Amino acid sequence: MSKKKNKPLVKRRAIREAVLHGLARRRRRDRLLRLAGIGAIVLGLSFLAVMLVSLVSLGKSAFWQTHIRLELTLDPARLDPQGNGSQASLAAGDYAGVIKQALRARFPEVRKRREKRELYRLVSSGAAWALRDQVVADPELLGQRRAFWLLADDEVDQWFKHGEAGGVRLSERQRHWLESLRAEGAIDTFFNWAFFRNGDSREPELAGIRGALAGSFYALLVTLALSLPLGVAAAIYLEEFAPRNRWTDFVEVNINNLAAVPSIVFGLLGLAVFLNFLDLPRSAPLVGGLVLTLMTLPTIIITGRAALKAVPPSIREAALGIGASRMQTVFHHVLPQALPGMLTGTIIGMAQALGETAPLLMIGMVAFIVDVPQGFTDPATVLPVQIYLWADSPERAFMERTAAAILVLLLFLVLMNLVAILLRRRFEKRW
Amino acid sequence: MSLSMLFLLLVAYALAAYWLGRRVVLGRVDGDARRLHSLPRYHGYRVALLAGLPPLVLLVLWLAFDQVVIGHLVMQSLPESMRALSEAQRSLLLNDIRNLATGNIASSAPDPALTAAVEHYRRLSRWSNMALPVLLLLVGLGGLGWGLLRVYPGLRARASVERVVHVLLLASASIAILTTLGIVLSVLFEALRFFESVPLGDFLFGLEWSPQIAIRADQVGASGAFGMVPLFAGTLMIAGIALAVAVPVGLFSAIWLAEFAGARARAWIKPLLEILAGIPTVVYGFFAALVVAPLVRGLGESLGLAVSSESALAAGLVMGVMIIPFVSSLSDDVITAVPQSLRDGSLALGATPAETVLRVVLPAALPGIVGGVLLAASRAIGETMIVVMAAGVGARLTANPLDSVTTITVQIVTLLVGDQEFDSPKTLAAFALGLVLFLATLLLNVLALYVVRRYREAYE
Amino acid sequence: MAIGDRRALFQSVVETALAAGDTAQPEVVESALGTPFLERKVSLRARNVNVFYGEKQAIKDVSIDIGKRQVTAFIGPSGCGKSTFLRCFNRMNDTIEGCRVEGEILLDDEDIHAPEMDVVPLRARVGMVFQKPNPFPKSIYENIAYGPRLHGLAASRADLDELVENSLRRAGLWDEVKDRLDAPGTGLSGGQQQRLCIARAIAIHPEVILMDEPCSALDPIATARVEELIDELRERYTIIIVTHSMQQAARVSQRTAYFHMGRLVEVDKTERIFTNPAHELTEAYITGRFG
Repeated sequence: MSKKKNKPLVKRRAIREAVLHGLARRRRRDRLLRLAGIGAIVLGLSFLAVMLVSLVSLGKSAFWQTHIRLELTLDPARLDPQGNGSQASLAAGDYAGVIKQALRARFPEVRKRREKRELYRLVSSGAAWALRDQVVADPELLGQRRAFWLLADDEVDQWFKHGEAGGVRLSERQRHWLESLRAEGAIDTFFNWAFFRNGDSREPELAGIRGALAGSFYALLVTLALSLPLGVAAAIYLEEFAPRNRWTDFVEVNINNLAAVPSIVFGLLGLAVFLNFLDLPRSAPLVGGLVLTLMTLPTIIITGRAALKAVPPSIREAALGIGASRMQTVFHHVLPQALPGMLTGTIIGMAQALGETAPLLMIGMVAFIVDVPQGFTDPATVLPVQIYLWADSPERAFMERTAAAILVLLLFLVLMNLVAILLRRRFEKRW
Repeated sequence: MSLSMLFLLLVAYALAAYWLGRRVVLGRVDGDARRLHSLPRYHGYRVALLAGLPPLVLLVLWLAFDQVVIGHLVMQSLPESMRALSEAQRSLLLNDIRNLATGNIASSAPDPALTAAVEHYRRLSRWSNMALPVLLLLVGLGGLGWGLLRVYPGLRARASVERVVHVLLLASASIAILTTLGIVLSVLFEALRFFESVPLGDFLFGLEWSPQIAIRADQVGASGAFGMVPLFAGTLMIAGIALAVAVPVGLFSAIWLAEFAGARARAWIKPLLEILAGIPTVVYGFFAALVVAPLVRGLGESLGLAVSSESALAAGLVMGVMIIPFVSSLSDDVITAVPQSLRDGSLALGATPAETVLRVVLPAALPGIVGGVLLAASRAIGETMIVVMAAGVGARLTANPLDSVTTITVQIVTLLVGDQEFDSPKTLAAFALGLVLFLATLLLNVLALYVVRRYREAYE
Repeated sequence: MAIGDRRALFQSVVETALAAGDTAQPEVVESALGTPFLERKVSLRARNVNVFYGEKQAIKDVSIDIGKRQVTAFIGPSGCGKSTFLRCFNRMNDTIEGCRVEGEILLDDEDIHAPEMDVVPLRARVGMVFQKPNPFPKSIYENIAYGPRLHGLAASRADLDELVENSLRRAGLWDEVKDRLDAPGTGLSGGQQQRLCIARAIAIHPEVILMDEPCSALDPIATARVEELIDELRERYTIIIVTHSMQQAARVSQRTAYFHMGRLVEVDKTERIFTNPAHELTEAYITGRFG
């Protein structure tokens, strides 16, 4: 008996020693795992931070645009060829000539043709259009001589913003002229309204995101108008009315799979069905919206069902108990409770759709389109595709515009997600 | 009449029908709603549905199919010689006719048959534009009349309205099925046409991919090569690099978040990590091409390695960062779903938290984690923009991650973006690639869903 | 003070408390009538222990001695804090966010809350069995081998095999599972699972085994087997068992402590508690007036 009692005691001492012996090593491993976790998170988040910071530092200069101040003589003989001051006559004026004249006057030493051409290139071709619009809007300007800030060429812009690193294609002479303009304060940057007012352009200094924004707006409008009612209806059917059987299981697997099908496959579907089979117009926000609808529907259905599931059965029982039909129960009692959750899901789906690029390439929304689309069937592009197009352009000025367009896109996404979060906070219920 | 206008009119018409339906039925019972079987508003809904739904369906169908029908009719009217053309040429011809009719291009040498066709097209379009509103009006009025004439106090309006709504709900739910069906059919159909000109075996096992097809058959190098092995290898390599980044980072993040982080740290860090999945892929693509690829190249060259400026490594790394949240969020979910009692059991035996996680929690959560990794893999294989912007287009069979490779998605984009005739093997090849992509991701998704589902059932 | 006097004092205190309708917070002036402190060999010594969940105080100033190689039962109405107190002895409360323990708990004269005390060796000495059987989703063999492997107790596979067999034998499970050691532990019946968990705990030879309502999820037959097992284990281990079944406490324990609203009301020999409780509240509880 005593032996039996003593044996574990001896063993216990050995065990305690064994445990203490391995302790330091085991604790070290414990710390290592924690460090690995923290390291992984830091790695992920610092990539995010580096990416955002570099996008901001790349893109922020695009929100300012360089202009050159010149003394222009608005000679009626040139700008009002018919001499009657009518809109048509003013619109036909030789504004580029006026600007060239002013440049020659500012740099009288320039004589050779080649040099002159270089000189003219300092000012953007868009400056003449802007001047025309100004004069047409205010014919009083005719005959005056005053200073105008004219939009500079993109190379000049890059040179002024980034010093010698920018404007690599400027010649020695051009740099010399620019230095002299800078010395007298005749070159400066202004907020780049044109970036938000213009459509796409081959000239970086004229290119803007208005067309892409309008395209995104129309496409998303179609998506919202279709996917919200369809998604909500499908979620209601599957959650509230569908019999639980193999078919519903199949539908569920199918929806979950659709949510993970590569987006480019939806583009192929759009190309084959909407464009080639139904002959809908290429590059149209309508078709883009249809494709994005099919893509976002699974997201909306899945979140919608989750929102419906969160409504406690007691509410349904209460409504059914006082004699409401199933349809009335769902539409009068369950749906209002679940709607905020469904809207949150819809906004998140819309945010996904806003950032989607690949399927829209398939249906031709990748064309170079200068005009701002006015409707659902006009050729258009969307913001992410515009980013893709600009990212492909060799000009340095397009690079900062790409980054700036990304910033605008991210801003929209942040806003949409904020709304979703607020909505969730505001209506979140604990049953 | 513009489309939006037509829609607004339709909505207004349905509202009017609702009001009318209510009024008429209330008129029958001298305003005493108690004598009705259904509430007045259900009578309103009924009439509104009868008056509004058929025109709406008609409108949508018309808009979807009018171009198809008109095109077909115009082709029918063409002389025999033109109808005998190949399908590709016919579609080009139809395109010309359309452009001529809308004045997009001016015909230089008017062929009398063509001019006639253009005229025919214009006539048909005009007729279509005129007929649509008239038909809509007729159908709408018919529905309204039917609804109003057949109304009586004992009518079970609610039941009929609910039946219609039920059917509408069911129809909405079937759209998901229709989408899948549409994907399968459209991709499969075009892919089959592709396999008519390129044998399936050549496509699946061919080692060379160069889809340049000559415009004339007698040109040098007329036949392109459509072997998808290099594309598949490239896709796998980039996805593999991405997973090599995302799985450890995502898994360790998830472990830390689920097992070690306090509630507050978790509430902040989890959404922050999920931002990574919310950033559009075109942004990653830009960043990869502009910052990461040169960085990788510079690093490699400082080590004396030859790195392509479109290296698989750069694209893979950035893609890996993008899919971190797919691994981390799903893993975090399944790790937190492991019952606390298992952790307690392990800790009470004197295990350290790390031992508990590695020896008890992770093995228990493994199926769920595998599901998450499979979903991430599916995402990596199907990811398009990052590789389009940061990986190469030249198909190369290589195992060197510093080389440039191309992927299935890149090739789909290159083949389909820009002007294309729909029938060349080149464009059809894109659909064959799409079919492969769809099947591969379908397999991964279904497997992942199955595994995750089994796992959920085990713990719920 | 004579026993009778103290009893009268307590009765009056409780009566005033009950009369004031203040059953929720009995004013127990001293923690117990029967002394919480033991003459015999003490395994665990708790002094003035307070436990807080955030702002809420779950255990109020409890002091008790737990005797070596005997079974001590903690009883009391649900929510009285007996499980919380039990979890203090191996610092399982550390795993609950916002839980704070004050006071002193000595294991062989070492304060288990001292900064230099590591929970790993502590828990190797103070094992625990939970309310719901929680075998790991591994084989039966691996379940038992888990602890010894962690602490490096087996030098060889043969050692480990022997350890596993011994533990299963002592838990009375060997004959039932010896042919299917590779089968998953989760496939066993509830009672077998719980004995597996006990075997898992004794595989590392702890000094103390804490049992948190180990039979609450089991049927009567399985319960009887586990109780038998507890009685056998008493020979080598100090056991504390939390139970809401008074019959169980009476059957398996030598000492019983009665808790009420976070306070230790009374602790004494089990026969005494059940035949002649010193305290009004204890009596009320064991006669089934609340619980």
